[in-house]
Amino acid sequence: MERTKSPLRWIAILVVLAALVALPFLISDYRTFQFTQAVVYAIVLLGLNILTGYNGQISLGHGAFYAIGAYTAAILMDKFGVPYWATLPAAGVVCFVFGFLFGLPALRLQGHYLALATFALAVATPQVLKYKRLEEWTGGVQGIVIMKPDPPEWLASFVTLSQDQWLYLFSLGVAAVLFLVAWNLLRGRAGRALVALRDHPIAAEAMGVNGPVYKSMAFGVSALYTGVGGALGAIAVQFVAPDSFTAFLSISFLVGIVVGGIATISGAIYGALFIQFVPNFADQISKAAPWAIYGLVLLVFIYAMPGGVAWMLHFVAARVRALLATR
Amino acid sequence: MEAFLHQLFSGLATGGIYAALALALVMIYQSTHHINFAQGEMAMFSTYLAWTFIDAGVPYWIAFVATVGVSFVLGVIIERVVVRPVEHAPVLSVVIVFIALLVILNSVAGWIYSYTIKTFPSPFEWEAVRNPYLAPHEIGTVGVTVVVLLLLYAFFRYTSLGLAMRAAAQNPVSSRLAGIRVGWMLALGWGLAAAIGAIAGMMIAPVVYLDPNMMSGIMLYAFAAALLGGIDNPIGAVIGGFVVGVVENLAGAYVVGTELKLTVALVLIIGVLLFKPSGLFGRRYVTRV
Repeated sequence: MERTKSPLRWIAILVVLAALVALPFLISDYRTFQFTQAVVYAIVLLGLNILTGYNGQISLGHGAFYAIGAYTAAILMDKFGVPYWATLPAAGVVCFVFGFLFGLPALRLQGHYLALATFALAVATPQVLKYKRLEEWTGGVQGIVIMKPDPPEWLASFVTLSQDQWLYLFSLGVAAVLFLVAWNLLRGRAGRALVALRDHPIAAEAMGVNGPVYKSMAFGVSALYTGVGGALGAIAVQFVAPDSFTAFLSISFLVGIVVGGIATISGAIYGALFIQFVPNFADQISKAAPWAIYGLVLLVFIYAMPGGVAWMLHFVAARVRALLATR
Repeated sequence: MEAFLHQLFSGLATGGIYAALALALVMIYQSTHHINFAQGEMAMFSTYLAWTFIDAGVPYWIAFVATVGVSFVLGVIIERVVVRPVEHAPVLSVVIVFIALLVILNSVAGWIYSYTIKTFPSPFEWEAVRNPYLAPHEIGTVGVTVVVLLLLYAFFRYTSLGLAMRAAAQNPVSSRLAGIRVGWMLALGWGLAAAIGAIAGMMIAPVVYLDPNMMSGIMLYAFAAALLGGIDNPIGAVIGGFVVGVVENLAGAYVVGTELKLTVALVLIIGVLLFKPSGLFGRRYVTRV
C-alpha cells in the first residue's frame, strides 16, 4: 500500500521542502527569524519525541539539555572564537554525553519517578547556570552575548542573503539532515526496539532487545538533538542567559510534542509551529494568556486528541482517500 | 554555636512546611500512585485566595478557615473534573494532565493578581517569645504544622470516614464490595491534599512573599521530603520534611551557600531514587511479571 504511493509522497516532500527554502525570500527578516526559531524547536521536539514518545521515558527536563547546548555554543564562540557552524557538533557531543550519563541512573526510574527527577533537573538548571564559580565561563546572571553569523563569502557570488535569511537556510539544512537520520533510525530495528521497550519491556528483553543499552542511548541521542537545537537557538537569538532556561521551557517542549503528536516524526514540525507562534498571538491578550492557553490545549489534546495534529491529519487524509475510492 | 542552633531551628520551621506539602503528596500518591506535580501551584492559588479575603478586611483566622474550606472544595472539584477522566490512563497522560493543571493555575493566578510580588501577613507577632533562635513566625509555623498532623492522625485513626479512606487506598476492589464509594474517597483525598497545601502556603507566604512562582523551589524540597520518607508513608513523609528542612538550611549555611540550594534538592531526589527508591520508611514493592 505505502510502497505504491511512494513517488507521490516524495514529490509532496520535495514540494514542501522547496516551499520552505523559498519562504525567507517572501517574508520580512523578523518573520524569518521567527521561522528559524520554529526550525530550532522542531529539532528539539524531534529529540524529545525519540525519548518520551517512542521510548516512553518521560522527560520534563529537556530545557536543561537545551541550555547545555546553548551554553556550549555560546562559550565556544565567545571564549575560543570557534566558528558558529563548528559549535553544533560540539554541542551535540557534549549533550550526548550528559544525556547518556543522566540516562544511566534513569534506567532505574520509571514513569512518575523519572518525570519527577527530570522535573527537578529543569527547576534546578537556572540556579546552576548562575553559580558564582562558573561565572567566568557562563557570564553569571548577565549571560553571554554572541554575534550573528554572516552568510559565507562563496555564496555571495550567487545570491545576496541577509544574516537572518542565511541562518534560516542553515538551520533548515541542519534540521533536514537530523530529520532524515531520525527517520532512518526510527523506522528500522532501533525504532522497533525502542517502541517494544516502551510497550512491553519484559517481552522486549525476552526477545533479546538490550534494554539498558537502548534506553540510555535513546537518552543520549535525544539530548544530542536537543543540544544541537539549543546551540542553533543560541546563535539565532545571539544571547544566552540563565533565566531563559526555566522549567517553563521544558514544559513548552512537552506541550509541543503533545500538540504535534506523541511518537510521530512530522508531529515535531506542527508542535514547533504551535509553540513558536501561538504565544506570540496570545501575548497580545495578557502576559499570562500563552500559558493559560498551553494548559487548556494540553487538557483538550489529552482528553480529545491524544494523537495530536499528526494523527488528526493522518485520519483526515485516510477519510478523504476512502471517500475518493468509493466514488 | 548560637548561629548553628539558629540555623537548625529555622530548618525545622521550614521543614514543617515541607512536611505538610509532602503529606499532601502522600495523600494523593497512596490511593492512586500519582505524583501530583500541581500540588505547589494549588497551594499558591489557595494562598492568593487567603490574600483576597484578608485584603477585603476579613480577620486573619476567619480568612484562614475560609481558605482551607474553599481549597478543600476546589481540590474535590479538580479530582472530579480534571483527574477522573485519566484515572486509568497511561502514566504519560497523567503527568501531562498534572503539568496542564500546574500551568493553568500558575497563569490564572498571574492573570488575576498580576506577577508583582505581594506581602502576606503573619498571624504570629508575639513579642513575649522573642529569642535568638527562633522568630515568632517560625514557632507559629511549627505549631500549626504539629496541630495539622495531629488532626490528620486523629481523623485517619479514629473516624469511620478516615478508616474508609484508608481502606479505599489499600484495597479499592474489596472496599467497593464492602460498600465504600472508592471514587469519592479519592476525591476526598484530593480535597484534604488541597486543604493541607493551603495551610502550608499561608505559612510560607510571609517568608517567601506571594507571587505565582513562589512554590517552585519549595515544591522541589517537598518532593525530596516525600521521597526520602517513603512516598507511601505519611509519618515517613513528615519526618522526611523535617530532615530535608534541616539539611537544606545547614547545607545552605555551611556547605554550598544559598545559590545552589535547589541543586541540593535535585541531588537529594536523584540520590534517594537511586539508592533507596522506597525511601527510609516506605514499603517495598515487588512487581510480578
